[in-house]
Amino acid sequence: MAYNLKEEVSKPERLSGGHRLCAGCGAGTAIRGVLRALNVEDKAVCGVATSCLQVSSFLYPYTAWQDSYIHCAFENVAATISGAEAAYQAKKRRDGFKDTYKFIAIGGDGGTYDIGFQSLSGAMERGHDMVYVCYDNEAYMNTGMQRSSGTTEFAHTTTAPVGSVIPGKQQRKKDMTEIMIAHNIPYIAQTTFMTNFRDMHEKSYKAHYTPGPAFLNILAPCPRGWMYPNEDMMAICKLAIDTCTWPLYEVIEGEWILNYEPKTKLPVEDYLKPQGRFSHIFKPGNEWMIEKLQKDVDTKWEMLLKRCKK
Amino acid sequence: MAVKDRLTGNEAVAYAVKQVNPDVFAAFPITPSTDVPMIFSSYLANGEVTSEFVLAESEHSAMSACIGAACSGARTLTATSACGLALMWELLYVASGMRLPIMMPVINRAFSAPLNINCDHSDSMGARDTGWIQLYAENNQEAYDNYFIGMRIGEHKDVLLPVMSCQDGFITSHGLENIDLIEDDKVKKFIGNYSNEVSLINPKHPVSMGPYDIPFYYMEHKYQQVQAVKNAKKVIPGIFKEFGELTGRKYSWFEEYKMEDAERAIIILNSSAGTAKAVVDQLRAKGEKVGLIKIRVYRPFPMEEIAAALSKVKAVAVMDKADSFSNCGGPVYTDVRHACYDLGENRPKIINFIYGLGGRDVQMDNIAHVYEELKKTMAGSGGELYRYLGLRE
Repeated sequence: MAYNLKEEVSKPERLSGGHRLCAGCGAGTAIRGVLRALNVEDKAVCGVATSCLQVSSFLYPYTAWQDSYIHCAFENVAATISGAEAAYQAKKRRDGFKDTYKFIAIGGDGGTYDIGFQSLSGAMERGHDMVYVCYDNEAYMNTGMQRSSGTTEFAHTTTAPVGSVIPGKQQRKKDMTEIMIAHNIPYIAQTTFMTNFRDMHEKSYKAHYTPGPAFLNILAPCPRGWMYPNEDMMAICKLAIDTCTWPLYEVIEGEWILNYEPKTKLPVEDYLKPQGRFSHIFKPGNEWMIEKLQKDVDTKWEMLLKRCKK
Repeated sequence: MAVKDRLTGNEAVAYAVKQVNPDVFAAFPITPSTDVPMIFSSYLANGEVTSEFVLAESEHSAMSACIGAACSGARTLTATSACGLALMWELLYVASGMRLPIMMPVINRAFSAPLNINCDHSDSMGARDTGWIQLYAENNQEAYDNYFIGMRIGEHKDVLLPVMSCQDGFITSHGLENIDLIEDDKVKKFIGNYSNEVSLINPKHPVSMGPYDIPFYYMEHKYQQVQAVKNAKKVIPGIFKEFGELTGRKYSWFEEYKMEDAERAIIILNSSAGTAKAVVDQLRAKGEKVGLIKIRVYRPFPMEEIAAALSKVKAVAVMDKADSFSNCGGPVYTDVRHACYDLGENRPKIINFIYGLGGRDVQMDNIAHVYEELKKTMAGSGGELYRYLGLRE
C-alpha cells in the first residue's frame, strides 16, 4: 500500500503528547515515527536506555507510553529487551500465548555507540527478534552535551570544548551503522527526518517485520546541543542528507541499497554553518577543519556508492 | 520416596533448575559456577527442559536479560561467582528495586585483586546490602534445597524480591556428596505456578516499569522495598515448615549445633560449618561446653533470633570468610555484635576471625584454635577483637 502521511498520522499515537522533551527535540519525532510503523493491532514492549527520552517520557507517576515500557539502566537496553523477548518466546512456545508483540530497544548515541555497545552487539549476535533504534544526537545531551564517540569531529561539546589551544572534539565520528552491518543481521538502516517521513516510516516497518534482529540509526538533532533554532530541525536534517554527511541507505540480508542521492551534492559547510557548535570552524585560519570534514564525507560517500553499486 | 544420588553442589543446583524448568535462564560462564549453565545446556540439548536459554556476552547482560524477562512475568534465573557478581552490581539494585523474584545461585569465590578463583565470601558479602534475600548452604543437600526454598520466598506475593542462593566454590560446588533428591511432582507442588499480573506482556494491561522518580516519591518507594524484606522475615518460617513437612529436612534461620548449655560458640556460614561441627564433637567428648551456630538466612538478618540464641553464651567467635576493610571486623561480625547490643548483662564477649580467604584451607586444628582462644576471651584476657586465622607469619 502506498505511503500516505495523512493516514499514518491519523493512527492512534503510541507516544502520547505531554511528555517533557524539549521543543524541537529529535528524539520524540524519531520514536513517534518508529512506533507509527507498527501495525495498529500489534502490541509492543519498548525499552529505553537512561537518556533524555527516558527521564522526559516516564517521570513517576506519569508515562507517555501507550505500549508496555521498561527502563532498566543506561548501558543495557538491548540486553534487557532481549530478556523480555526471550520471555515472550517462552510464553508463546510453552503456554500457547497468541498475541503479537514487537520488541523495541531505544538508546541515544551515548547509550548505543559507547556505554551500551557491548550489550547491543551481544543481543544482535544472539538473534533476538527485536529492533534496536538509536536516536543519534551526537552527544550526551541528558547530562549536558558531553562528547560521545558519535560526535562529529571539531564539534563543540562540554567535555571537548573549543578553547584557545584545542578546537573542539579531536576524533572522527564512529560509524555505528557500518559496525552493525558487520554483525550480518537481516536488516540495518540509516535514516533521518525528510519531507513526509516516508524514508523513516518504511525503514521502521521493515525493521519491525523482518524476523530477527534489526538496527535503525536515526539522526535526531538536538537544537540545544547543536545550537540552532528549534524550528529548523527539518532543514538541518535535509542538509545532513544533501551534503551526504548522513546518507540514507539500508542493508537487507547483506545487500546495500542507497535510498537517496542528492541531485546536487552540497558542500559540507552548508550543513555545519547553521549549527552553533561548529561556529569556530568558520573563523579565519580554521579552513583546514572544513577541508578535513569535507574530505572525510567525500571518502565515505564514494565508498558507500561503490558498496551500493552506484 | 526421595531419590538417592551422588552429585556435586553445582550438579545439585543444575538438577534443581531442571526440575523447576524455568521460563528464562540467562547466563555467562565464570569459575566456579560455570557447571550450572553448562549442565543445564545439556538438559536443553536433550529436550529435558523447555526454557529459553540466553547466553549473554557478559554477566551484566545476563542480569539485564533476567530483569527484562522477570518484568515480563517469566520465572527467571542466572548463576554466577565473584567478578561476575561484581559486574552485575548496578543491576542487583535494579532487580530488587523493581521487586523481581530472580533466582541466582552464587557459587562463592574471592574477588580480584590479586586474581584468585577459590572460595571465600567476598562476593556475596559485598552484595549483602543490595536488597536481595541471601541463603547460605553448608553442603550440596542444602544448596539443592535452598533453590526451591529461595524461589518460594522470592515469589511470595508479599515479598517479590530476588534471591541469592550461596554455596562455597569448589568446596561444595565441585565436591561429590550423597544427596536426597525430591520427586518431580513434589517439587512442582511445592513451587507451584508463578504468575504476575504486572507484566510487560499482558495484553489487557500494558505497563510502564522503571520510572524516573523524584525526591517526592523515591523515599516511599524505597520504604516499600524495606517492607518487602520485613514481609520476608514473616513468611520464611512458614516456608521452612512446609519444606520440612515435604522432605523431613527441618530448617530454620540458623542451625544450632550443641548450643543447649554452650559457654563458648562460633558463628559460621557455609561449608566450614561441617569442619567446625567435627571440632565441637571432639571438644564435647572432652567435656567442654562448646557449640556452633550456622547461619542459613543472612538477609533478612535474623537479629532477634541470633541475640536470643547467644543470650546464655559467654564468649562468641564470629567467623568471616570475607573482610570488610572497615578495620572493625568482617560483615557477619558487625551484624552479630549489633544484634547482641541489647542483651545488656547477658551480652557475650564477641570476637572476630577472618578465615579462609581465597581458598585458604580451614582445618580442624584451626577451628580448635578458635575455641581455645575463646577460653581466654571468656576469662577476659584474650587479645584483639578482630583477628586473622591461619595467617602465615
